[in-house]
Amino acid sequence: MNFKSTIGLEVHFELKTKSKIFSPSPVTYGAEVNTATNVIDWAMPGVLPKLNKDVYRLGIMVALATHSHILPTTHFDRKNYYYPDNPKAYQITQFFQPLARDGYIEVEVRGKKKRIGIHEMHIEEDAGKNTHGANGYSYVDLNRQGVPLLEVVSEPDMEDPEEAYAYLTKLRQIVQFTGASDVKMEEGSMRVDTNISIRPAGQKELGTKVEMKNLNSFDHVRRSLAYEEQRQQQVLLSGGKVQLSTRRFDEATGKTVLERVKEGDADYRYFPEPDIAPYHIKQSWIDEIKETLPESPFERRNRYINDYGIKAYDADVILQTKESSDYYDAAVQAGADPTLAANWLNTQINGYLNENQIGIKDIKLTPEHLAEMIKMIKDGTISTKIAKKVFKESMENGTDPKKYVEDKGMVQLSDLSVLEPMVTKVVDDNPQSVEDFKNGKDRAIGFLVGQIMKQTRGKANPKVVNELLNKELQSR
Amino acid sequence: MNYLNENIDSLNKKLKDGEISAESLAKDTIENIKKTDEKLNAWITVKEDAKPAENLDFNANKLAGIPIAIKDNIITNGIKTTAASHMLYNYMPMYDATVISKLKKAQATIVGKTNLDEFAMGSSTEHSYYGATHNPWNLDKVPGGSSGGSAAAVASGQVVAALGSDTGGSIRQPAAFNGIFGIKPTYGRVSRWGLIAFGSSLDQIGVMTKRVKDSAEVLNVIAGSDEHDSTVSEKEVPDFTSFIGQDVKGLRVAVPKEYMDAVSGEMREVIQKQIDSLKDAGAIINEVSLPHTKYVVPDYYIIASSEASSNLQRYDGIRYGYRAKDTKNLLDVYVKSRSEGFGTEVKRRIMLGSFALSAGSYDRFFRQAAKVRTLICDDFDKIFAENDVIVGPTITEPAFGIGEEVSDPIKMYNNDILTISANLAGVPAASVPAGLVDGMPVGLQIMAKRFDEGNVFKTADFIERTNKFYEKTPAGMED
Amino acid sequence: MKITKENINHVAKLSRLEFSDDVIDSFTKQMGDIINMADQLAEVDTEGVEETVQVVDRDTVYRQDKPQHWESRAELMENVPEKADGFIKVPVIIDKDDNE
Repeated sequence: MNFKSTIGLEVHFELKTKSKIFSPSPVTYGAEVNTATNVIDWAMPGVLPKLNKDVYRLGIMVALATHSHILPTTHFDRKNYYYPDNPKAYQITQFFQPLARDGYIEVEVRGKKKRIGIHEMHIEEDAGKNTHGANGYSYVDLNRQGVPLLEVVSEPDMEDPEEAYAYLTKLRQIVQFTGASDVKMEEGSMRVDTNISIRPAGQKELGTKVEMKNLNSFDHVRRSLAYEEQRQQQVLLSGGKVQLSTRRFDEATGKTVLERVKEGDADYRYFPEPDIAPYHIKQSWIDEIKETLPESPFERRNRYINDYGIKAYDADVILQTKESSDYYDAAVQAGADPTLAANWLNTQINGYLNENQIGIKDIKLTPEHLAEMIKMIKDGTISTKIAKKVFKESMENGTDPKKYVEDKGMVQLSDLSVLEPMVTKVVDDNPQSVEDFKNGKDRAIGFLVGQIMKQTRGKANPKVVNELLNKELQSR
Repeated sequence: MNYLNENIDSLNKKLKDGEISAESLAKDTIENIKKTDEKLNAWITVKEDAKPAENLDFNANKLAGIPIAIKDNIITNGIKTTAASHMLYNYMPMYDATVISKLKKAQATIVGKTNLDEFAMGSSTEHSYYGATHNPWNLDKVPGGSSGGSAAAVASGQVVAALGSDTGGSIRQPAAFNGIFGIKPTYGRVSRWGLIAFGSSLDQIGVMTKRVKDSAEVLNVIAGSDEHDSTVSEKEVPDFTSFIGQDVKGLRVAVPKEYMDAVSGEMREVIQKQIDSLKDAGAIINEVSLPHTKYVVPDYYIIASSEASSNLQRYDGIRYGYRAKDTKNLLDVYVKSRSEGFGTEVKRRIMLGSFALSAGSYDRFFRQAAKVRTLICDDFDKIFAENDVIVGPTITEPAFGIGEEVSDPIKMYNNDILTISANLAGVPAASVPAGLVDGMPVGLQIMAKRFDEGNVFKTADFIERTNKFYEKTPAGMED
Repeated sequence: MKITKENINHVAKLSRLEFSDDVIDSFTKQMGDIINMADQLAEVDTEGVEETVQVVDRDTVYRQDKPQHWESRAELMENVPEKADGFIKVPVIIDKDDNE
């Protein structure tokens, strides 16, 4: 029997603001426990929420970047549930009228383009953090309570784990390029919940959903979904029923483990938040935000390929992160040849980053220095060989390439008045080479270039030397 | 010091002239409270070391050095705030409500916190962890509620002014029961920052004083925009005292027949007499209808309880307040702390609210109530298109005996039928003393359109000038 | 509308409240009466009527994104029944509640 999978994803992005969504407490990482909190975060009696304008602005950016329809009138709602990290025992979210609906993103899987729908996205507050001790107690830190989140809920449009993986990759890239979120799964600024159901091919009605929460990486998402597809198929084939449940991915075994069976939808008693007035989002504000929206990865890709003439593959490598794309743009802006810059970024710089396990933000070679170095290569001031030395120095010590090359006397020798006599002499000294050249042996010229290089300790411009030698040999 | 024959102007003059000092005023006030409160139980916390602000400016600040009482559901930095609940019996706030900051800036002296029905849920001040408050007119009767402590404190002359809060009549009904003036301003006129939430879309802080003008003085100080509250209005606050002493000629007064039909006998006569006095002074009296009046009680109890059920979830024994002993696990902490920390009436409302919001009930209860609320608002809009104020009785009957109604919640809820609509519609409403019925005070309710407290003050001041009820002294306070 | 003990127990669970066996019957009856009083609203024709959830004269109210530090953690912690090293201490969590 053949089965079809239906996959939907809920992705939480932490929006990048300085203060929390409903309180002016700072948003910080690694602050001492409960120090980034105030009376609002603690849900002290009598406190009231007030919305941070930047939260809405960043949410609109993501809505625009995903072709979503921004609702002109919205209202916040309360989602009621008890947990120690949820001090009010309700979360302020947007349930009835979210920020935006009906968006989409385009992905490419196995060479096929597919549009995946975004059902809705809404802004809400994060909860604090519980740490479970071994002594029968849990410990609550409210620093994270009230950090702004954007939850993006996809349509159940994905049919296999690869599509889910592609969707996540693309969504992360889009959000990252808006600058609205750091999108770091390891720091919790991007969190993924999935749900998957399967049904026999031909059956219309969807199967029973299984949910998986807080997956650690895209790879876990893909692996857990693949495992679930298989597991659910076996359950159905053996005549069983899939239970409405929440499961957890166990990294060590690569399997999913049952966490809890659900008896129906939870009763969150949603109702409109009376402490916050409604929001009317003016088109003029949306237009204003649109103006400030950074170029999307899609637009950048077009520019790289069509305007700069670099290869699609290179463009995609550059666009893997916003940081690398920004770096590339800065180098080109500073006058670097786009093709050379792409080559250097994707080979030398990426190699260095991988080797040292660091990000592009951590290196000392500035895009301006890279541009300078590339200019020197292009105008023949330095050779590619020298350039590698310069690259290493600038990378490690942040040295200005131009200054370094000058100080170390690494400037390439292209001066004809110096090179011409050298060429004449080397040809005079090696009559055999002239013979070989006449007999069509290309090796001869290489040998002569080597001689000149030796004499100039590698500084002679190989291109110029080649030309001169050719001319000289032909004249004999 | 007893304030039965004082008002803010008279006190301000004495302070200005140096006849009394603010220090001795604070001290004498506290001594008198301690002496008289054995009978009343109007206070939860008396701030025995209350001192006036420094550098008092009696010219700039009418309230400078004047002792004021605060209902104990308003947060006061460094003064225990309990909402009259076991749940918050030990809660020490670390910030001030906006109204408190404003009173402090105006150099008023906060002398303590008054009793109320637990979390302001009730209309008798019997539902308090700290025991019932007694009505100064008859100690066997309730003072009304939930701002019963503030009302009794003012009526007995313990203070000249008190803050209360009003979610469904909690200022006006006790004002009526105690023969004083009390005003619930327009929703959004006064910041709710620091008011312990009951029904967030209905709650409003207001003022209770013996004299109408004194409430205008205090409201002048506490009203206005506030960066902490997203629902408070940014409208300019007029000088409310400017509406005192005006005549009512040409004032268009609507009298809803449903309100008049709710009272009978002597009560109706007393109310009618007030309306007649307005008419005699040249006001235009129009009989009108508020057709949805019979639905306001269920509407209010669904909305207020739903909001309350959510607002009161934060009292879970984890971060502050009462925590049950001998708990096995987290769920136990929640259930036991809440079941032991809340009183019966609060639990009833939480249950009603949770029910109204729960899956399967939401559309039939909460959503339907929100729609009926629109119809109630429309009724008011129609009347205010052609009238300046609505007047009628504040209460259906004078104060009842302590213990008489506490066991019958539905009867208790129905008592609020005349005061609830103003909260649902968000309009300003006040109760001004109208006279005595069987020796107990009753009140005339005055409502106006949103942000038109001016006409409420104007009408109330006229009634006060006409019936001079303030000359009477509560019988229960005579030794 | 008939309110049963099961209804009341379900709502009590949602509300994190418990009622002892000796009061649950009388309480169920009382809640039933209150709910039926509230249910009178069902007879009002609200076809096409908008909901009113608040009566405010403002909308679209924002705060600027300016962080402010609360001076003292000790002040915030003062009322905590059980605490340790700046954390709020709570008994072990049995099950995350989102499934009533």
